Amino acid sequence: MMDACADPSALSGLGWLLCYLSTGKHLLFYASFGTVLLLLAVTAPVALGFGFMGALAARARLWPVRVIGRAYTAMVRGVPDIIFFLFVPIALDQGFEYVRHRVKCPDWTEPVRQGSDFVVCQAAKLPLSTSPQIWHEVYGFALAVLAFAVVFGAFAANVLAGAMQAVPRAQLETAEAYGMTPRQVTRRILIPQMWIFALPGLSNLWMILIKATPLLFLLGVEDVVYWARELGSAKTQAYSYPHPDWRLWYFLALLLFYLGMTKISEAVLGRLTARLARGQATMAGEAMRKAAA
Amino acid sequence: MSCTQTILDYGLRSIGIGERLLPKSDFTLCQQFTLIGSGLIWNVYFGVLALAAGFFFANALALAKASHLAWLRRPADWFIFLFRGSPLFIQFFLAYEMLVLLPRTGIDIFGLTVATSWLTKAWAGALIVLFLNTAAYSAEIFHGALMAVPKGDIEAADAYGLTGWQKFRRILWPTMLRLAWPSYTNEAIFLFHATTLVFFSGFPALRQQGDALYYAKYFADKTFNPFIPYPIVAGYFIALTLVLIVIFGWVNRRLNRHLPGSMRPRLRVRPQIIR
Repeated sequence: MMDACADPSALSGLGWLLCYLSTGKHLLFYASFGTVLLLLAVTAPVALGFGFMGALAARARLWPVRVIGRAYTAMVRGVPDIIFFLFVPIALDQGFEYVRHRVKCPDWTEPVRQGSDFVVCQAAKLPLSTSPQIWHEVYGFALAVLAFAVVFGAFAANVLAGAMQAVPRAQLETAEAYGMTPRQVTRRILIPQMWIFALPGLSNLWMILIKATPLLFLLGVEDVVYWARELGSAKTQAYSYPHPDWRLWYFLALLLFYLGMTKISEAVLGRLTARLARGQATMAGEAMRKAAA
Repeated sequence: MSCTQTILDYGLRSIGIGERLLPKSDFTLCQQFTLIGSGLIWNVYFGVLALAAGFFFANALALAKASHLAWLRRPADWFIFLFRGSPLFIQFFLAYEMLVLLPRTGIDIFGLTVATSWLTKAWAGALIVLFLNTAAYSAEIFHGALMAVPKGDIEAADAYGLTGWQKFRRILWPTMLRLAWPSYTNEAIFLFHATTLVFFSGFPALRQQGDALYYAKYFADKTFNPFIPYPIVAGYFIALTLVLIVIFGWVNRRLNRHLPGSMRPRLRVRPQIIR
């Protein structure tokens, strides 16, 4: 394969296309689909964790905790999510650097904000300017994941709080009648029973999360959108594989990728709903019971 | 420079009226508030027009999706899946690349030259994408509501001898709207939120005439301080959302005016749909 592609100008037709699609940059493009999947795989559990804590905090008996939980869940209602995606990474970055600056350089006297500059001492830079390129990329990606987790955690907190409200009161009272403490009721009854009520909202959220992944591009991560623009743009004769503006085809491929992801997710979530509805005191659970009887 | 002067200079900057050069240094709070507010004109423009046009198309799509005729139902299904199943961000990019491919000199139709270059501008191109997108999302909502119209209502209409268009106009459609309205309010809110994507997705901001988030990012990039411009744009959007809730609340009350007060469904804004 590699030998056949040694001289692209001598190639034509299918051979040219095959060689074109296996250039180093194209391999990076394919790898960036992995970046998207990695983002989904990391963000979903972290966001669920954030959401879980938010929902529990919104139900807490201590009012400062409750206020924080409520504020967190209300955060995403009126404000477009992209604003958070632009704001959270840079705010976190500056926050981390500021804290490190205070710890590592206590005898620094100049202010951190000087006009339009944010100045911290060399030792507080994140990642250190001496560290290899890969750490800069990892740090950028980690900030992106945190931004996604904060925003989607707030959405998830909304869903989970609603689901906790929906658990039949009688089930909780029964648990109390058995002498369980509030903590035990939460852990043994409330949390296991709420999933079926949370699932429609959570599956909706998963779909939204999939569709939010191209916004990684706005955060400066080299993701699918970045490569589609880079590879698709017109290449002159100076390149080994000259071609006109093909961005349309690249974006078409991305569209198909996302439609496929949606289709697969719909099928998987459908099965999961059926599995969780088994034996529940809901309409779907009742229908299953009747069908079996 | 006083704040009034700033407002005069930059209040309509986003639509090309007033000072041409954006502030370059020594940014004041007043400048940030004014420019970001001026950008909000574009968000309102995209949101209002896409929503108004999308409403009618969504009704047609919902009916087509509910139709027994396969040649009506299939295309509607596919259209809705295409726009709901893919990210709006990708749709913007794709539409822009498609519109750019149109011949620059215009298309000849029966000897008449139809200009096409205006389609690649954000005010038209992005509006078309937002229109199609909101139509697809709203159609799904309306279709769901149409399926949820109580059987008794339809039987009562039949008993009164209503048929065809009359039955639809007087019974089905009002009930459908009534049931769909709370979800449709959500859709409207998130459409307005989605308008912030326009100038980040291929469509260029000509002569730096962009929307609220475009200017907020401009300030954040210049000052390297995200803690002022982003909260400002967030505040503007919260205000915009509240205005929308009030307006949609009026319509909701009008739609349910025949019901006794306690039975009227309340508008509940839940963050369920974003693109």
